Amino acid sequence: MSDVSIRTRINGEEWTGAVEPRLLLSDFLRGNLGLTGTHVGCEHGVCGACTVRFDGDPVRACLMFAVQIDGHEIETVEGLSPAAGTDLRIADLHPIQRAFHETHGLQCGFCTPGILMTVASFLERNPKPSDREIREAISGHLCRCTGYHNIVAAVARAAELLTEVEA
Amino acid sequence: MKPARFDYVAPTNLDDALSALAAGGGEARALAGGQSLVPMLNFRLGGPATLVDLNAVDELAFVEPTEEGGLRLGAMARQQTLEHDPLVRIRAPLLAEAAPWIAHAQIRSRGTIGGSLAHADPAAELPALLMVLGAQARVARAARGSESGARIERASSLCDLYLGPFFTSLEADEILTEVEIPGLRVGEGTAFAELARRRGDYAIVGVAVRVRLGADGLCEDAAISLINAGPTPCLAEDAAAALLGEVPTPAAIANAAEIASLQCSPAADMHGSVAYRRHLVRVLTNRVLLRARGRARERVV
Amino acid sequence: MSDRRRWIGERVPRIEDARLLTGRAPFVDDWEPPGTLHVAFVRSNLPHAKILDIDTAAAAAHPGVAAIYTAEDLGALCCPGPVLVPPPPIEGAIFHARTPLPLAREIVRHQGEPLAMIVADSRYIAEDAAALVSVDLDALDAVVDLSTALNEGAPLVHSDLGSNLAAHVRQTKGDYEAAKSAADRVVARRFRYDRGVAAAIENRGVLAEWDARADRLRVWDTTQAPIPIRAAIASTLGLSEAQVRVIAPFIGGGFGPKVMFYAEEILIPWVAMQLGRPVKWIEDRYENFFATTQEREQLHESELALTEDGRILGVRDHFLHDSGAYDPYGLTVPINSQCTLLGPYRIPNYESEFRVVFTNKPMVTPVRGAGRQHGVFVMERLLDIAAKELGLDRLDIRAKNLLDPDEFPHNHEIIYQDSAPLTYDSGNYAPALAEAARLIGYHDFENERRAAAADGKRIGLGIVNYVEGTGIGPYEGARITVEPSGKVRAATGVGTQGQGHFTAFAQVVAEAVGVNPADVRIVTGDTSEFHWGTGTFASRGAVVAGNAFGAAAQAVREKILAHASEALEVSEEDLELVDGTARVRGAPDVSIALGELARRANPLRGAVKPGTEPGLEATSYFGPERGTTANGVHALIVAVDPETAMVDILRYVVVHDCGTVINPMIVEGQIHGGVALGIGNAFYEELTFDEFGGTTNASFMDYLLPTATDVPAIETAHMVTPSPLNPMGTKGVGEAGAIPVAAAFVQAVEDALREVAPTLELVDIPLSPGRLFEALQDAGEEA
Repeated sequence: MSDVSIRTRINGEEWTGAVEPRLLLSDFLRGNLGLTGTHVGCEHGVCGACTVRFDGDPVRACLMFAVQIDGHEIETVEGLSPAAGTDLRIADLHPIQRAFHETHGLQCGFCTPGILMTVASFLERNPKPSDREIREAISGHLCRCTGYHNIVAAVARAAELLTEVEA
Repeated sequence: MKPARFDYVAPTNLDDALSALAAGGGEARALAGGQSLVPMLNFRLGGPATLVDLNAVDELAFVEPTEEGGLRLGAMARQQTLEHDPLVRIRAPLLAEAAPWIAHAQIRSRGTIGGSLAHADPAAELPALLMVLGAQARVARAARGSESGARIERASSLCDLYLGPFFTSLEADEILTEVEIPGLRVGEGTAFAELARRRGDYAIVGVAVRVRLGADGLCEDAAISLINAGPTPCLAEDAAAALLGEVPTPAAIANAAEIASLQCSPAADMHGSVAYRRHLVRVLTNRVLLRARGRARERVV
Repeated sequence: MSDRRRWIGERVPRIEDARLLTGRAPFVDDWEPPGTLHVAFVRSNLPHAKILDIDTAAAAAHPGVAAIYTAEDLGALCCPGPVLVPPPPIEGAIFHARTPLPLAREIVRHQGEPLAMIVADSRYIAEDAAALVSVDLDALDAVVDLSTALNEGAPLVHSDLGSNLAAHVRQTKGDYEAAKSAADRVVARRFRYDRGVAAAIENRGVLAEWDARADRLRVWDTTQAPIPIRAAIASTLGLSEAQVRVIAPFIGGGFGPKVMFYAEEILIPWVAMQLGRPVKWIEDRYENFFATTQEREQLHESELALTEDGRILGVRDHFLHDSGAYDPYGLTVPINSQCTLLGPYRIPNYESEFRVVFTNKPMVTPVRGAGRQHGVFVMERLLDIAAKELGLDRLDIRAKNLLDPDEFPHNHEIIYQDSAPLTYDSGNYAPALAEAARLIGYHDFENERRAAAADGKRIGLGIVNYVEGTGIGPYEGARITVEPSGKVRAATGVGTQGQGHFTAFAQVVAEAVGVNPADVRIVTGDTSEFHWGTGTFASRGAVVAGNAFGAAAQAVREKILAHASEALEVSEEDLELVDGTARVRGAPDVSIALGELARRANPLRGAVKPGTEPGLEATSYFGPERGTTANGVHALIVAVDPETAMVDILRYVVVHDCGTVINPMIVEGQIHGGVALGIGNAFYEELTFDEFGGTTNASFMDYLLPTATDVPAIETAHMVTPSPLNPMGTKGVGEAGAIPVAAAFVQAVEDALREVAPTLELVDIPLSPGRLFEALQDAGEEA
């Protein structure tokens, strides 16, 4: 089948173009747009590495087709903080990213971008989560390095930092 | 793990969706939330020639109250709605209670009620939950050949929908469009429990129950549905019947749980033997009935 | 030196985080040069079969397909791969090396073995074409069950061998038979440990680009060992090593299997040269369950001989080890099992014999822990059972047999995986056990148990020891350069898969040369930056590369001091290196910046003094004579629902000793992750096979990695017994967390159920709720 035209917003920027219907959203973001921060770990919706935000909700980019974002908005890890240029300073990052840094909430970092996107949505809905709620919120992500211990700490810390930002 | 080629249509209303599905002549498939279908496509397990994407059919994405105190749930309502919508919490607390057990937030945000019902996974929660609430499904298709009118609709009880694992009575040109559940009645309590290997996994076994007590404390109505305890989501009818007219004492509840355990027909897999599943049906039915009884008593006037 | 700002031992937040957190840090699949072709493999769906025909005509005609190869098309390339780790010289050992071909020819020996390689414009198209390849396989009986694989008449994985025996090794210390006849009690049991996958969240991948004008090959590879890969690619393809650059960029988790030399690692560069186009293969998750190596199936028959009061007289352990279809990694895994079984205990007599067995399953090579789990499981289970039989406290029986601090170095008189005698360098075991017991509340646990029981909960405690041979040779190297900017660049050959190398190594350098770690830029895993070394495995990065950095940093420090002494006209003894300057002690205003010294050391005019080298640069190597010995104790409390057989971990405590700690935050992170993997092995993860040898759960839906709701918070405590085998005193920690978990877990579960099922004995790993239910039924019937 021929390509289908779509119009979408990615990290706040308008994008129009044509895509093959079977192209997974994860491959579209990585291959067509070069947004390689969205990682691919299982392509069957379990590991969570490819999680992006679709109209504000976390979704698996490997379980959607690029054609389905027509008329919708996508946010990837590249949209979390405006950091550009060569001098990448922790202080300029999004509070959630800073919290992960402070608490050693990442090791190899492969699963991290997906988790950040889930956490961004989660903390909007639940700004003061309990340990249990944090664990449930990230239970849809597989991490093989951290044992989750410091990810849980990172989410709690992120909640603090976000509250400070708002206060 | 990349899907094979397919044709794609994204209709914006139900009639167009039904026409597109009918035009596919059995080679087209409706794409709802895609949280079960897309993994299968990525594994190249069966490839439809055409996908009819329902995600732009806004008329199917609703949760509405009924005049009778119940709810109508559109097929394209997202599963996360059950978790967050205050109306659901009040009118169908069982669905709100169980929603966090349906996969994970990133799946519920996209996964739909209709998609889960039509997928007919015997280990899925939603079919059993809606079954125990006495839900009626509405099913629509485009008129065929000589039939008059654009759209033919029919109602189906959920029990009639399920024929086998991943196998429903839906025809290839039909779409399950909505389900309607009655409201919670006076003296009625519901409860749900499941055991899964990990949070968000399909259930090893799950049980949902609804119990209604009269002012005299006798059980006026009861339903028990079992998750992953047979080839389809199913009601444990004899077990529920054993409670009718009885005071739901621990002994009566244990008896009902025993009947459910004996009469269910689970299969063995890597997560548990038949004996383990039967045993869990008994344990969970017992626990959940006790919890539902407590809730029912609070609602007796 | 008191003037030094201490960076070693500090919780320095990681320097690499910013790039990873913003999604910029490049992984292999993030590179895609223009014109890249994509590869998909056609793999065998049968575990054992004769290949009758592979018809690629329809696939070759498919639009977008650039090339298709089968074994016949590979020419000289189609020869068996190397034995990566030759077995250590153990007297009387038998070892039959059988390694796979890049693409199978005539016979396939495990499910997923590659049959054909398709190169196309996209992975989508390559998979379309793969579906068009017609493969005619004649199924052969498969060797699936380890326990019967050596039986007469069993089907043969390698028919020329006449049996499925891959190796046979016997190692002894003292005289077990004599110990047994002197014993008051002999405990004998069978133990089973089953197979799982490493499941790094990033699958494997290779991208190769042949630059015909420069006559050079560039390869991006998810390998833990880029330098050996470069050597193998160069020699196989007939290139000079100087023509091949292998880059292991950020790697999304390694855990062992990424240290192989896989068929794809030679096929992809070869195809890139054949076609003159960049070629990329990214393994998908389904492939990963077959194409990437796995670990852990062993069957043990073990005996422990003791005195009445619980003193160990000897241990006998005979086991079978499943190697899968080939054995390119030699004997590392079973030797680790053999050597780790001894634990922290004084065991005067040991008889250990293992047989490595070929089966029609995917290849087995080290996965985090690498066979050590099995040894710990067997020993700790034997001690638990012995304690029960002798009526002893399980902590006491352990404490009583621990080696004392004055017994080091302790020679166990058998050969370890590094070919050196298994000699523990150092350790202080009793305080570690006592500390773990204190942290978990061992001595007050009966009160806790009663309180929980009053709430209807059954809780149990587990506590076990382990010792881990870490930090083996042969060597690693490091080069450190102070740049005119005053920043320091430093390179090593080991790759990084999340262990925090960019930070920990920077701390080592920073401390020696007096800069902030943030000003040290570490480069790892790029053969154009550093091309001597082996790789990241065997919990050796901090020990071997760490000490190479330490040595190079010391050498650079000396150069800095020499130049500064000349520039400031003071003696070296009066200088200190602080904040990127060399300055005079007590007169901090008299100073010179390191950058200025770097410029002076590399002048554009004038002369570098005869006998000196230009620049503030040094390269050093570190090769330990043998591995270091880390140790630790794991303790946990579980709650078990005897009705449902579900287990919750309530608390988890790890006391560990990896010698000098460079960065406690990173060390704790390593332990957390190891424990999570161990919990997976113990209760969630199991690769299942049908009777024909086919994998039945090759997806993350069915193969269960533990998630955040399955892994508890993990409390850690550090003990420090520096290793005498290296200047920094470090020992390895990368694998430690994963090693004793199963042993501790089942002990706790049994303990929780001791009143419900007093005869319950858990001897198989993994456990699962379903298995525990069955074990409870069996125990109930016995009781």
